Amino acid sequence: MTTIPAHDNENAGAANWERYRHQPHWRNNQDEYDAAKFGMWLFLSTELLLFSGMFVAYTIFRIMHTETWGNASHHYLDWRIGAINTVVLLISSWTMVMAIRSAQVNHQRALRFHLVVTILCGLFFLGAKVGFEYLPKLAKGEVPGSAFDYIGSHGYVPSDYDPLFLGLYWVATAIHGSHVLIGVGLLTWCLLRAGKKHFGPKHFTALENVGLFWHLVDLIWIFLFPLLYLVG
Amino acid sequence: MTTTTAHDNGHHGHHDVSYLKPKGGALVTIWDWMTTIDHKKIGVMYLFATLLAFFVGGVFALLVRAELLFPTVTNAAGDVTGQIFDPSTYNRLFTLHGAVMVFLFIIPSTPAALGNFLLPLMIGAKDVAFPRLNLLSWYVYVFGSVVALIAIGLSGVDTGWTFYTPYSTSTEGEHWQVVFMTLGVFILGFSSIFTGMNFVVTVHKLRAPGMGWFDMPLFVWAIYATAIIQVLATPVLGVTVLLLTLERVFQIGFFDPALGGDPVLYQHFFWFYSHPAVYIMILPGMGIMSELVGVHARKKIFGYRAVAFSSMGIAAISFIVWGHHLFTSEGELVSAIFSFLTFLVAIPSAIKVFNWVATLYKGSIAINTPMCYALAFLFTFSIGGLTGIYLGALAVDLHLHDTYFIVAHFHYVMMGGAVIAFLGGIHHWWPKMFGKMYDERAGLLGFTLVFIGFNLTFFPQFLMGANGMPRRYATYVADYEPFHQASTIGSWILLAGFLVHLGAFIHSLVAGKPAPANPWGGLSLEWEAESPPIEHNFAHEPVIHHGPYDFDDVVPPHCDPADYPLPEPIESDSVAPGKHAH
Repeated sequence: MTTIPAHDNENAGAANWERYRHQPHWRNNQDEYDAAKFGMWLFLSTELLLFSGMFVAYTIFRIMHTETWGNASHHYLDWRIGAINTVVLLISSWTMVMAIRSAQVNHQRALRFHLVVTILCGLFFLGAKVGFEYLPKLAKGEVPGSAFDYIGSHGYVPSDYDPLFLGLYWVATAIHGSHVLIGVGLLTWCLLRAGKKHFGPKHFTALENVGLFWHLVDLIWIFLFPLLYLVG
Repeated sequence: MTTTTAHDNGHHGHHDVSYLKPKGGALVTIWDWMTTIDHKKIGVMYLFATLLAFFVGGVFALLVRAELLFPTVTNAAGDVTGQIFDPSTYNRLFTLHGAVMVFLFIIPSTPAALGNFLLPLMIGAKDVAFPRLNLLSWYVYVFGSVVALIAIGLSGVDTGWTFYTPYSTSTEGEHWQVVFMTLGVFILGFSSIFTGMNFVVTVHKLRAPGMGWFDMPLFVWAIYATAIIQVLATPVLGVTVLLLTLERVFQIGFFDPALGGDPVLYQHFFWFYSHPAVYIMILPGMGIMSELVGVHARKKIFGYRAVAFSSMGIAAISFIVWGHHLFTSEGELVSAIFSFLTFLVAIPSAIKVFNWVATLYKGSIAINTPMCYALAFLFTFSIGGLTGIYLGALAVDLHLHDTYFIVAHFHYVMMGGAVIAFLGGIHHWWPKMFGKMYDERAGLLGFTLVFIGFNLTFFPQFLMGANGMPRRYATYVADYEPFHQASTIGSWILLAGFLVHLGAFIHSLVAGKPAPANPWGGLSLEWEAESPPIEHNFAHEPVIHHGPYDFDDVVPPHCDPADYPLPEPIESDSVAPGKHAH
């Protein structure tokens, strides 16, 4: 039996993670943990393939409409907002790692703190997305398909394929944004469980898997940002 | 860390009784089933749900065949004869037949029903890796099916089961029900992914002590390969139908040339999933075949590793052949490459067929319903597979594509392969699942009707397809009349066969003889469990001492050694050391 480091006084008394028992069909906690993580990686591969459809569509349309893609990207999207959001998500990945680390060394207050920061970063990302991009775009008619009624400004005249570019932008970022929203929900669930001391050195399966999901969501944004905002 | 058993986890009492034993009154029992995380119950729930879907899809098929019994003829006076449904209704019927059979029946049938029930038993586990996810996948399946059925209720979808753009997205007002159908398919995809993830992790992490990868029954290999395809292909279908739905609702333009999009992109996306999906349908059937041939011929499977690896080979190749569905809409060089890659699939499929035939050679073949279905599979699947080679050859395909030849081809693979194997599998494991024997004479009668009906339905379709009868038409010229009529009569014989099976199953559940634990003398672990198995599958965690097909070395569990005399040891073995001494 290894000694459990006790960094703060809240750990006095038996915490819930110490009492955790695996489900009856597993031989031990370790097997269950390994399986859960393996399952999560499989799920992440499906997420990657889901987004791959949009990346393939991006590549094809970029080849078909190179000029539109270059102009539209600069005109419709402000790289500064994208960049700030990228930095925010990268910070949140760091705090996510720290949250899991805190659970592993039984630092319960730090665990909750890092989860809260991660959640706030996710909410900031969504707020910036909706407040500075989606709502202004809706107001100006910069939307895909037949609803597109943007007439251009500052000498910019929309090409026939601008609705397609915006279609890709809206679909890719909205599906990504829904993942951020789901991630925030999962992190909140983890925070509630952390409040009941469900996570500690011997049991942090759910926390780690939510962390993996969160990193994937970040990673997809790392690809979406340059493709949509920067490559002109 | 210590090893624990079920007893240590507070599950006292109920773990050693049959999983079918009711927990109390009717309401309690229903609640117990609806909230169960027992893989066996979920497997049975999947079995009934998919059989219901099979019935619905089958009714649509019978209606399609009924319309084609006579050609629609309009005489000089304007009187129409031979028409039961107008052409637009006919379009809806064949679309719904295809969509229901593919997405609601074949894809979940063998993996989710038989796979769920058998996989943990065969590897000596108490359950699948994620039991709650397993239950969720059933509810997601039911929910997705309901959404898809709403599309049927709203007077249906007439796009064909492939939902090709721009027809599915641009015709104004006509078929906005496509949205429900594609959303239903999107939701069903999650169910398939959950099942696949669960099975992959289960095979990796829950095998009984002593069971290496090459000690697994071949059904497990096939389900494992299927699960990998389910995990890796289904998300692409998910994003495809999601984009299609958005295209239909918001005109985002991805697949619409008027907005700069590309309809061929849709075809690539769709078939990148839907070709591997064909192997999601047939691989589990091939897995069943290996079990039926081994157990009912009492022979060690010929070339175990070759059969196991060919499952993985089919899974791998399945991802690089989708382009053969686009021979007429993609570039010539691309078509030539995809044509070549398509031929590769024939190699692992042929390895399996040859190995099954070699297994039968000098085996003690029992002529019962499961074995008859196995023999039928060899016949019909070979026809289905070899006609696939015709279609993979570019020049021939240009003549045959979109004719009844391809309809016949994929029905010989899907029905002559997947469904025939599924029926064989249900009979084979019926005693294990429900603890009752079925009536062998009824089973054989049903088999005979299904086999004759199936071939009578679909073989004429090869002939008329080769003669140019296009698919998806509500009528035809008089030259094709005998072929269509034979086909329609065949569909009635098929129906009779299925009804005989249904009657036999109901009879078995009501008045069947109790099944012994190992009625066929099988050696894989599910035959070590009781019939029906206890709640935790095995009273003690099984330990592997022999392979699943070592019929020459082992008396099957729960069987009388007198019934299973082992062969004399081969003399040369005992002589060899002596010779060596000189």
